[in-house]
Order: sequence, then structure tokens, then C-alpha cells
Amino acid sequence: MKYTQGCYPIISKTALAKEIYDMTILCPDAAQAAQAGQFINIKVDGFMLRRPISICGIDKEKGTLRIVFEVRGKGTKELSQLAEGDLIDIIAPLGGNGFKFDGYNKAVIIGGGIGNPPMLPIAEHFGTNAKIISGFRNSSAVILQNDFAKTGAQTILCTDDGSAGRKGFVTDALKEEIAKEKPDVIYACGPSVMLKRIVEIARENGIRTQVSLEERMGCGIGACLVCVCRTIRDGEEFYSHVCKDGPVFDGEEVNFDE
Amino acid sequence: MNKLAVNFAGVDFKNPVIPASGTFGYGKEYEEFFDLSRLGGISVKGTTEKLRTGNLPPRIAETPSGMLNSVGLQNPGVDHFIAHELPYLMGKNTVIIANMAGSTADGYREVAEKLDQTDVPMIEVNISCPNVKAGGAAFGVSCEGAAQITKIVRAATKKPIMIKLSPNVTNIAEIAKAVEAEGADAVSLINTLLGMRIDIRTKRPILHNNVGGLSGPAVFPVAVRMVWQVANAVKIPVCGMGGISTWEDAVEMMMAGASTVQVGAALFNDPLAAVKIIDGLEKYVEDNHLNSINDIVGAVKPW
Ligand SMILES: Cc1cc2nc3c(=O)[nH]c(=O)nc-3n(C[C@H](O)[C@H](O)[C@H](O)COP(=O)(O)OP(=O)(O)OC[C@H]3O[C@@H](n4cnc5c(N)ncnc54)[C@H](O)[C@@H]3O)c2cc1C
Ligand SMILES: Cc1cc2nc3c(=O)[nH]c(=O)nc-3n(C[C@H](O)[C@H](O)[C@H](O)COP(=O)(O)O)c2cc1C
Ligand code: FES
Repeated sequence: MKYTQGCYPIISKTALAKEIYDMTILCPDAAQAAQAGQFINIKVDGFMLRRPISICGIDKEKGTLRIVFEVRGKGTKELSQLAEGDLIDIIAPLGGNGFKFDGYNKAVIIGGGIGNPPMLPIAEHFGTNAKIISGFRNSSAVILQNDFAKTGAQTILCTDDGSAGRKGFVTDALKEEIAKEKPDVIYACGPSVMLKRIVEIARENGIRTQVSLEERMGCGIGACLVCVCRTIRDGEEFYSHVCKDGPVFDGEEVNFDE
Repeated sequence: MNKLAVNFAGVDFKNPVIPASGTFGYGKEYEEFFDLSRLGGISVKGTTEKLRTGNLPPRIAETPSGMLNSVGLQNPGVDHFIAHELPYLMGKNTVIIANMAGSTADGYREVAEKLDQTDVPMIEVNISCPNVKAGGAAFGVSCEGAAQITKIVRAATKKPIMIKLSPNVTNIAEIAKAVEAEGADAVSLINTLLGMRIDIRTKRPILHNNVGGLSGPAVFPVAVRMVWQVANAVKIPVCGMGGISTWEDAVEMMMAGASTVQVGAALFNDPLAAVKIIDGLEKYVEDNHLNSINDIVGAVKPW
């Protein structure tokens, strides 16, 4: 049995910023199986559809999974009411395709806003061989900077208004970093306009990209076909399913056009 | 003796619980959760004459106690289904129901003829998909259209055929009678109810298709009512669905007149929903000292 489904205890819960929560769940089987880039699907009392949230940390020894989520609507609001010691009903780990590391030495990792959490396991893998560019609206939305720093990676913080780190977009910082030293690969998660621009810059510089996408989901396991995104291979456009074929895709294969 | 066994339109099912078409793919994904042989049957994702890519995303929107979908019958086409999906499923020791649709009347004929050449024990004919422009629902909303497709499929195959009815009609019992008259062996209902949701910040419908099909617990009372009306109007057996998520719902649907039931959207909330319903029915039969689950079919005592 590949997926774990059931109720597992929340062993810690903290607020990282306004309306952004950090939870660690004790679920040894799922933690054993989990890989960077995968997600979990959370049942929320009173709601029909589960909420997909990326895995932000995997501790195989302790048997825990960590998630960081932002309150966006009613479901995540309800989820944020759960406390340490409560049980959370999850299906995990999901996502047929996570981040791939093989053959890459130097990485640039880019997270936009709530796209930052899934990048932490990548930073842990590359350590000092990674540069992490995180972008946020403003200083009050900044999260995970200490966690990123602990991995040994170089961190570059950007905010839209300059209230923390440097002022400007992650793509500006990316161009500068590429000019200094070309990485083997770029990993990114965040708004699709950001991902689109990153893939363009990477292409101009001949660098491979792996991007993590979001789409509304039903089953989360590839059975209902609702979570499609547009992908291109060998010049041919077709639909892929974010839950099963992703959520991580080769940036070159994604059609970001509206 | 297996007290949950049912004979439905001449086909033996070990229990009356069947995952609903479109919510269960071709079954493989759910094998990661449980053994498919637990199920009475599986109604697989609808297949059409050619590959269909389906509608643009978003294709799903949550609603109070339910959801809208606008997948648009995405599927690899009947030839691919027969060559690559069906053989695997046939070895799973559960009744495989091939759900099919066509974009034209000829399309229905073509798919039915091809399925007739396979070992699949039963065909479910979707004349009620609200998410495709041509075919689908267009046939299901009039007695003439429903009768026409039933006649075509009937001529194309000797296998038991179950016509899947649309709830987006004024009198579903009349449609059921029309398909019965053309030789349908069973009817299944309800398909999804046409609905819509709008994001008030962007003024955009949540579904890219603007509208989509409503399913889940929200539609359950409508489905029970329609199953009851249809069961009272026809002699052929009825497969009831629409919002079933617990064994109590399944019992209620059967009391309304359904001999078998399908479970769809509930699987997204709990992938084990169908299996839990089977367990619940087993216990129900024991607790109530029934000889057979068939005893409750149509057992409602209307006022
Ligand atoms: C693979 C994946 C990983 C994700 N990882 C994270 C994460 O690590 N942290 C985080 O804060 N958020 C993450 N999200 C986004 C998160 O799933 C949504 O913010 C959340 O579902 C919103 O639920 P709601 O009830 O608060 O919002 P509502 O708007 O009330 O939700 C209504 C419905 O729409 C769906 N929905 C709304 N927005 C999104 C969205 N952006 N993506 C997918 N479904 C959506 C909901 O799941 C629900 O079914 C991820 C999404 C995906 C697909
Ligand atoms: C995502 C999704 C896809 C569906 N696809 C099909 C389909 O291909 N063919 C079909 O006959 N019905 C399809 N349906 C309808 C279901 O089989 C079922 O009739 C309906 O969802 C009501 O049952 P429920 O409330 O238990 O989900 C689909 C439903 C959903 C939610
Ligand atoms: S959510 Fe069902 S296929 Fe992806």
C-alpha cells in the first residue's frame, strides 16, 4: 500500500506569520515514503473536498511530516483551528512526481510567498551548494528564513516593497545570481506568472527548471481527471494531471499561457 | 450464503455497491487503498469513440456539501480502453461496467459495437453528461432523444445495457419509460445537476466551463426522489446514485427503489467510502435479520 490514509496526531503547531501556520504531524509510514515535492491531502471537518498542502519537512527518523500553510479561505481557516494533540485526517504522500536531484550539483531555489515551504527539503539536499531566493509581499509575510539558513545554503530575501531584504522581484535576483555563477538547475514554486518568467530566464541561459504547480483537486490520486494543467512535449500540447503527473514538472513542458 | 448478493439485469454482483463513473478512473489508483474485489462492481470512466481531451481547468468547484465538475468526458477513446484498460480490470473479480457516450448517435453505435466484442459484462450508456457540447445531455433531456440512443445501442449489442439518466429534466419517469420501451435492461440515476459558482472577487465563474455538474451529499434528496419516481414507473431495475456517502444513505436509496447503488463524490472525501458502505450494509443485514439485501429494495411505505 503506497498511500497512508488516516488520522494522525499534530505534535506541534505554531504561527509563523499572520495567518500562516506551521504543523508537524506524526505519521511514520507516510514520512518513510515521502519525497521532496510531494503533498498531503487533508480532510477538513464540514468540507467536501480535501485540501492539498505541500510537504515542507520530512523526518524519517522521528516519523514526522511538516506542513506550512496560509489561511486563504474557509477550509484553511478551519484547519488553522486545529491544535497540538488534535488528530488530522490525511492522505499521504501524494504526487507521482516530486523534485529530482540526480546529476545536479549547484542549484538555485526560488519560492514565491506560500510557494516557499516545499522548497525547504530541496535546500536540505543541496546545503551549501544552493542559493535560495525567497520573495514575499512585505516583511510581515516573510517565513522560513531561519530554516533555509540552517541548511547552509545562501539565502537571498526579496520583498515587493523593500520592507525586508532587498526590494524587488525574485526574477531580478535570479538574473544577478545567474550572471555571477550559472547553476545546473533551478527549482521554483509560487504564482504562475512568476514561474513563467523564471522558465523564460532559465531558457535564455540554458538552465533546466523544475516547477511545482497548483490546481484545484478532487481525488488527489489521478482518478477523477479534474486537476489538469497544460503541458507540451515534442511540440504537442496535452493535459497532464497535477496530482499524479506532478505536482513537479519540467518547466520547459508547461504551457503557462492563460 | 452471501446476503448482499444481487442479480441486477441478469448480472450477478457480490454486493450492490459500485463506484460511480468518472470518480474512480479505471480503478488502479484506488487499489493503493483496498482490494478491488471487495466491490460489487466498478463503473469505469466514460469512454467515447475517439480520444477526448476534456475542458480547460479549473474543472472543480466546492459547494455546500457537494461539488461541481466540468471534466468534459476526458478519456483516451474506446480502442485504447479496450486494448489497455479493460483486460487488466477484467481480472479483478468484480463486475466491470463499461460507461460510454458518443458525440453523435453514430458515435454511440460505434462505441457500443466495439464494446459488444469484449468480455465486459455490462454497459452503462451515459446520455446525461452536462459537460459536453455535442451529444451527452442533448439526448438525455427528451424522451425522443433518450429512446433514439437506447434503440441504437440495443441494436448494437446483446449485453445488458443500463441507460444513465439526466436529472436536468421536468419528468424523469417519462424518460425512464421511453428507454424501457426501447429495450433498456436497467436505468441508472442520477447524473449530475447543472450548477454554477462565481468568484465574487474576480467576477469569474470558478469553472472554466462556466457551468458544471453538481454531485455529492447536496443532491442526495433529489436523487432519492427521482429514484423513487422512476422505480414506480418502470419494471426494469434501477441503479441509484447521487450523494450517497454512508451505508445509511445506501439503505435509503434502496428503500426508494434502487437494486444497486453507485458512490461518486464521497470517494474524494474518503477513498474508503464504498468499502465502508459495504461493511455497513453487511452489519445492517445481520442486525435486522434479513435473508437478503434485496428485501429492502423499494421497501419504502409512502404515506
Ligand atoms: C499540490 C499543492 C500544494 C499546495 N501546497 C500548499 C502549501 O504548502 N501551503 C499553502 O498554504 N497552500 C498550498 N496549496 C494551496 C492550498 O491547497 C489552497 O490554498 C487551499 O486548498 C485553499 O483552501 P480554502 O478552503 O482555504 O479556500 P477556498 O477558496 O474556500 O477553497 C475552495 C476550494 O478550492 C480549492 N482551492 C482554492 N485555492 C486553491 C489553490 N490555490 N490550489 C488548489 N486548490 C485550491 C480548495 O482546495 C477547495 O476545494 C497547495 C495546492 C496544491 C494543489
Ligand atoms: C469528477 C466527476 C466525473 C464524472 N464523470 C462521469 C462520466 O464520465 N460518465 C458518467 O456517466 N458520469 C460521470 N460523473 C457522474 C457520476 O458518475 C455520478 O452520476 C454523479 O457524480 C452523482 O453521484 P455522486 O453524488 O455520488 O457523485 C462524474 C462525476 C464526477 C464528480
Ligand atoms: S485530483 Fe483527481 S485526478 Fe488529480
